[in-house]
Amino acid sequence: MINPKYFFRGLKSLKSLDSPALALGASFIAIGALLKNIGFNLEQSIFSTFLTYALPGSLVMAESFIVGASLVNIFLAVWLVNARLYPMTVSLMPLLFHKSQPKWKYYLSCHFIAVSAWLIMKSNYQKIEKKHRIDFWMGIGTGTWLTAIFSTIIGFLASDYLNKDMMIGLAIVNPVYFTCMMVGAMKSLQISLSIILGAILGPVFFFISPEWSILYGGALGGTAAFFIGEFK
Amino acid sequence: MSSNIILVILVTSLATYLSRFLGVVSSEKIDETSKIFKWFNCIAYAILAALIARMIIFPAGVLSESVIFFRFVVLISAIILYLITKKNLVYPTVLSAIILALLNNY
Repeated sequence: MINPKYFFRGLKSLKSLDSPALALGASFIAIGALLKNIGFNLEQSIFSTFLTYALPGSLVMAESFIVGASLVNIFLAVWLVNARLYPMTVSLMPLLFHKSQPKWKYYLSCHFIAVSAWLIMKSNYQKIEKKHRIDFWMGIGTGTWLTAIFSTIIGFLASDYLNKDMMIGLAIVNPVYFTCMMVGAMKSLQISLSIILGAILGPVFFFISPEWSILYGGALGGTAAFFIGEFK
Repeated sequence: MSSNIILVILVTSLATYLSRFLGVVSSEKIDETSKIFKWFNCIAYAILAALIARMIIFPAGVLSESVIFFRFVVLISAIILYLITKKNLVYPTVLSAIILALLNNY
């Protein structure tokens, strides 16, 4: 079963100086307020973060819901915006696999893969023996996921007291947190180039196709950085 | 309407879990020292960078009602603060929220 020592060590990363708790809190407070404004009740808002736990996906869901998009359209739009989770999973799970660990842990805990938990795990996995990494990850994931659910509740309840300037303040926290974590992750040429090229190509492709710009820009930037790093 | 919201939530979560699930399936065959792992790692970082750049330059939702120049000022100040405080993330995140909310008020 889950080794509590490593699980709680992962959970405690919420208290560290690079804790994602503030950034997650701010953005899911905004989501809670948004869901209330588009007509979700409290249970539905909690249910949404509980099951989805991916910020851009929830935003797309809200936008699609307001304009009355069909379920098929919502599925496609959300799948497209959350497709980044595929390369994120493929670049995380091989670091956590261990033959002594049961498969269900991986299929359950992949639900916790979201930018904040992923960045924290990527910057800490080397400190943990491979056998225990999945339990450590489940601790990080549980902590960030519960923070998101708790913040959704706060945002829902506080939505009447949040004015537009405060919502804008909350909305900038997440990109600021992600940017700083990315700057901190720039430790090799390949990763630094991937980040810089992705940040340039993503917005460039936005002029060609807003929906596909992140995947196109990321795939092209990442691939170019990979080859430059391999053959320099 | 209420059952409709439940369906919307279920469809959204399925569409999200799909990529995570397929990621685990693919991961079972990928070794962490392989080239393909390194390649996916580069793509993952580049996609995140593209996503963040989009959040700042072409934001969706309420952030689009702030001035892009202010967003850049806040972001760059936050990076500098992050570096000079030896990678403390509490100050840059909290201050950026307060500063952008105040700037936007003027």
